[in-house]
Amino acid sequence: MTTTDLQAGFDETIAHEWRVEPRDWMPDGYRRTLVRQVAQHAHSEIIGMQPEGGWLTRAPSLRRKQVLMAKVQDEAGHGLYLYSAAETLGVDRDDLTQQLVDSRQKYSSIFNYPALSYADVGTIGWLVDGAAICNQVPLCRSSYGPYARAMIRVCKEESFHQRQGYELLMTMMNGTDAQRAMVQESVDRFWWPSLMMFGPPDADSPNTEQSMAWGIKRHTNDELRQRFVDMSVPQAAALGVTLPDPDLAWNDDRGAHDFGEPDWSEFAAVVRGDGPCNVQRVAHRRAAHEDGAWVREAATAFAAKQAAS
Amino acid sequence: MDHDNAYDGLVETQDDARWAFGTGFDDPLAGVDTTVPTGVDGAALAAYCLMLGDDALVSAQRLAQWSTRAPELEEEVALANIGLDLLGQARLLLARAAAADPSVVPPLPEGSPVPSEDALAFFRDAPAFRPVHLTQVPNGDFAVTVVRLTVLSTWRLEVLRALTASRDPVLAAVAEKGVKELSYHRDYAARWCVTLAQGTAVSRSRLVGALGVVWPYLAELSRVHPVERSLVEVGVAADPSAAWLVASAFLDQVLAAGDLEPPGTRSVGTMGGRAGRDGAHTEWLGPLLDEMQVVARAHPMGRW
Repeated sequence: MTTTDLQAGFDETIAHEWRVEPRDWMPDGYRRTLVRQVAQHAHSEIIGMQPEGGWLTRAPSLRRKQVLMAKVQDEAGHGLYLYSAAETLGVDRDDLTQQLVDSRQKYSSIFNYPALSYADVGTIGWLVDGAAICNQVPLCRSSYGPYARAMIRVCKEESFHQRQGYELLMTMMNGTDAQRAMVQESVDRFWWPSLMMFGPPDADSPNTEQSMAWGIKRHTNDELRQRFVDMSVPQAAALGVTLPDPDLAWNDDRGAHDFGEPDWSEFAAVVRGDGPCNVQRVAHRRAAHEDGAWVREAATAFAAKQAAS
Repeated sequence: MDHDNAYDGLVETQDDARWAFGTGFDDPLAGVDTTVPTGVDGAALAAYCLMLGDDALVSAQRLAQWSTRAPELEEEVALANIGLDLLGQARLLLARAAAADPSVVPPLPEGSPVPSEDALAFFRDAPAFRPVHLTQVPNGDFAVTVVRLTVLSTWRLEVLRALTASRDPVLAAVAEKGVKELSYHRDYAARWCVTLAQGTAVSRSRLVGALGVVWPYLAELSRVHPVERSLVEVGVAADPSAAWLVASAFLDQVLAAGDLEPPGTRSVGTMGGRAGRDGAHTEWLGPLLDEMQVVARAHPMGRW
């Protein structure tokens, strides 16, 4: 078969919304885009363990400690599935991890914000995992089979994460004045960065059009952001917190909420590597990776000795 | 649940049906008969539950410190699993202690919603804790952690095996569940001991170093506290020295599999005959508890 035939077969697969599988032919650009997207997603899960993981040793009840430990563990599990999905595209986990710790690949910019109170554990669950779900649910229908299948499981677990976050905030809102203030302060810090999780406005999103044509991406950044705002407003009201946006209002004509513009210069700085925690997050991951090198080498050497005997 | 709209239903106030185990987790012993068996001293039973519960709680806290620092993602998942099992045991045992003798629970302000398991974990001062010193030893590198875990889980597995026959049905049930969990913890940790011992020259040297860190704390594991002795006599507690005999035979096998010699190190002594079970601790326990308790103590009337 010629490349033209192969391309025609691939185009037919995409046109019919069939799945592309690891041994199928795919254009180099499609493979590259997917590797980038799946690796960034895997890195996000692993880096995303840090802000909440930092509160594990200080969780204020044994039940919350269990819930948080299980959640952080799930994120390590998600990282594992996603690195495996990336490996079906011909890359390997070690190389991808190296690119992460060398800052040659990115992860979700939201994790470059600090978790400063226990309420942040709840807010990260409610808003950050909520935004992640809005982004990720459509990926369950991604054209690349292994990624789509991994996303189905990831999304189910993320729904639980979001619920535990919301439940924590609801419980705290039923607690003391100090706890309610802690929740409001946390929502104030995380609202705008959560809106930035959907990426730049459509007009400034260079990869969106091609990714949508390939069925890798299903909705534009602005569509997903609008959906997230519309879903979050009644949740905030039920919680009894105020969202920190004076322009937030229901628009009858559009049948949707109008809302203010996130600070895109801050977003650009965080993406560039100049956010509040970029340096710290990567340094922490690099230290863990380097400190563990001797253990991984021992396991490899031991397995080789076992295989030889 | 509709995964296309994760927000649906979030605001329903009664949503227990959406959770596999409901949402009312306040009392881990809900629905369990916690009557103290006849002929058993409730205060002694509570003290004993604190000993076993605190071993689990302090060990879980040490494992939580590994989060995001493990040498590989698979180890991240495994260490969290073990920590979760131990936290589960700690919750049941602390709740059992509070039910057997409510006077062990630290007093909180009138009307505080903090459940007794959390009052015991977060509002008890270090001298009222009862963990053996080995649980308090800092994580060190991965070798120290797996050697410490191998020793503690091998010993605790034998303690729990014996406790499955306890006259206290709550302890027997906790032990029944715990035996399955501890078997996995022991095998996971022992496998890593052998892997590191037989892996590279570097890993072997670190493993040998770790044996030197952990072994001085072994003597405490076969000491029998008067509370334990009194409860062994009435068929409630496990004899830790008998458990240690079986455990040390297993540890010998692990050392042999790794082609290792038991280190001829010194032993950590007691203070006026007192050690972890008596509330006489290492210098490491205080900071560990300070960190664990800081948020809870700032909110004695808080709901979490």
